[in-house]
Amino acid sequence: MNAQQRVHGLLAEFWTPEEILKATRVARQAGYQDVDAYTPYTVEGLAEELGMRRSRIPSLVLIGGLVGAGVGFFMQYYTMAVDYPYNSGGRPYNSWPAFIPVTFEMLILVASLAAFLGMLLINGLPHPNHPLFNVAEFARASQDRYFLCIEASDEKFDVHETAQFLGTLQPHGPIIVVPIEPEAVEEPDPAAKPN
Amino acid sequence: MATEAPKLERRDEELHVLGLKPQYVPIEHNLQSVTDTISDISLDQRRRPYWVGLLLLNGALFFTFAGVVTYLLITGVGIWGINIPVAWSFAITSFVWWIGIGHAGTLISAFLLLMHQPWRTSINRIAEAMTIFAVMTAGLFPLLHLGRPWFFYWLLPYSNSMSVWPQFRSALVWDVFAVSTYFLVSLLFWYMGMIPDLATLRDRSQPGLRKEIYGILAMGWRSSARHWRRYETAYLLLAGLATPLVISVHSVVSSDFAISLVPGWHETVFPPYFVAGAVFSGFAMVIVLCIALRKAYHLQDFITRDHLDVMAKLLLATSLITSYGYLSEQTVTYYGGDQHDVHVYWYRLVAFDKYAWIVWTLFTCNTVVPQILWFRRARRSQAVLFVVSLIVLLGMWLERYMIICSSLSEDYLPSSYGFFKPTVWDVLTYVGSIGFFFIPFLLFVRYLPLLSISETRALLPGAHGPGVGR
Repeated sequence: MNAQQRVHGLLAEFWTPEEILKATRVARQAGYQDVDAYTPYTVEGLAEELGMRRSRIPSLVLIGGLVGAGVGFFMQYYTMAVDYPYNSGGRPYNSWPAFIPVTFEMLILVASLAAFLGMLLINGLPHPNHPLFNVAEFARASQDRYFLCIEASDEKFDVHETAQFLGTLQPHGPIIVVPIEPEAVEEPDPAAKPN
Repeated sequence: MATEAPKLERRDEELHVLGLKPQYVPIEHNLQSVTDTISDISLDQRRRPYWVGLLLLNGALFFTFAGVVTYLLITGVGIWGINIPVAWSFAITSFVWWIGIGHAGTLISAFLLLMHQPWRTSINRIAEAMTIFAVMTAGLFPLLHLGRPWFFYWLLPYSNSMSVWPQFRSALVWDVFAVSTYFLVSLLFWYMGMIPDLATLRDRSQPGLRKEIYGILAMGWRSSARHWRRYETAYLLLAGLATPLVISVHSVVSSDFAISLVPGWHETVFPPYFVAGAVFSGFAMVIVLCIALRKAYHLQDFITRDHLDVMAKLLLATSLITSYGYLSEQTVTYYGGDQHDVHVYWYRLVAFDKYAWIVWTLFTCNTVVPQILWFRRARRSQAVLFVVSLIVLLGMWLERYMIICSSLSEDYLPSSYGFFKPTVWDVLTYVGSIGFFFIPFLLFVRYLPLLSISETRALLPGAHGPGVGR
């Protein structure tokens, strides 16, 4: 369909966490896969309704920590015991207890960077020009509204049928068509009106 | 129309009024009003006279600091009163003091997050910002104290033409790693916590430069439930990493002293005792800032008297731990009986021509004065709490001064005993650093979200539907 090629998806607005949880559940049960919900804070259980499984971030942090500690210790071992051995107060060259503080700090540093950068990477951020930002109403997703978006990439997606389906979830206000290009018209789709 | 958040049960409200149940949540608010109240502080374009006044005052301090540092760089550390044997004094005291203040921020944010304490939400952003700027200020002092600060990078392990490396067995090198890691991790934690709120500011500001800057900082955050989930996981992990980090940083700072052989420094109790003292002074600074900000921006709904109450309790608790450190240090020294240790501790207490005045003042400030916080009325009085906190800040500065200067003054060789007398440049460097701290803090207050908007929303009654609390 021509219309589908320039549409990112259809957006429905809700006012309470219960409404968005229920709408998400119904949309998933109806067989929609490419669904996302937008909320002004973490609504518990919503990610599970969207079918999210375990996150990869904890493993990234573990790897980061191990790499940090390993590199940290090796750096000290190499400089103090191999490259420039130096007798400091009669301690052994590889005086590992004295290397623990720096090893620990490196562990924390790299693990923290892994947590932060991993979160950004997996979330696909920074992404300042997402199609959703073409919708004026969407500004309230970061304030006090809850939105459900069924994306055009979904196999079951059809502008008219999906809009009708979203209408049955009792959203507040009209169903909004999210254009991919910012220039496109931001009019509510006529198909969204209940018959 | 705003979303109507269901009110708490009547019984809870009655308990709040009667003071039987602490109130940490702005129960009178809903999503819209929380968003508006907090983000309007940043978005409001009006000039506030007291803000401008404070900025000018701290600007004066800042330029004093800049002037002193310039003179220091041209002339050398000889402008300070340091001598041999007292080669460490004001600069290191101020370093330890500022970095101690920087400890409460991450402790409030990370540790209380792990402990599921809802009251952290109203104060964590302020405390984190305080941490960042306090660590920045702290970091300057050891650099300036280097003598040749332009060679500060010699402390980092890099392959150089001299083929030498930093001495990793030295606590001073540990310090470099601990403080810079702490700064970076605190910065990440602060920034990451702010991303959703920056998106709110982006979405609420008028098109223009401000919107663009907030937009760049928010990195295209679009409040997706999937993003939130990963965000929360990463945030919690970061908190878990930051908590042991806080403990390690001041332990490492205390090792600067504890692993030396100077009597009065060579104490095994130092790491926990320094951490407790750091948290103690940090909470005092948080209380000072919170009382000022809640008054200036009418945040009484968000930072309630119950917040002040619970922070006062922590202030009292850390005061008791710190006081236990004083007691333990004295007892162990006399019990141990090393004559040099006994000499230092005894002369600290009785040499009123030297440091004894400072010692007794700091015991009063840190041990005696905070005892007033046993009384509920004192904990809930802004004026009392403000004054007690300032006294504690003074006391903790004096404590570090006492530890550093009195120990160095009289160590093993009576022939090389000395005494430290500050010069005007010592005092100006310290006072000027207050401006260096407050300038970025005031800018933060003006332009960035002062409280965590998204976390406050999540605390509102009904935010997770009935029966889905955290």
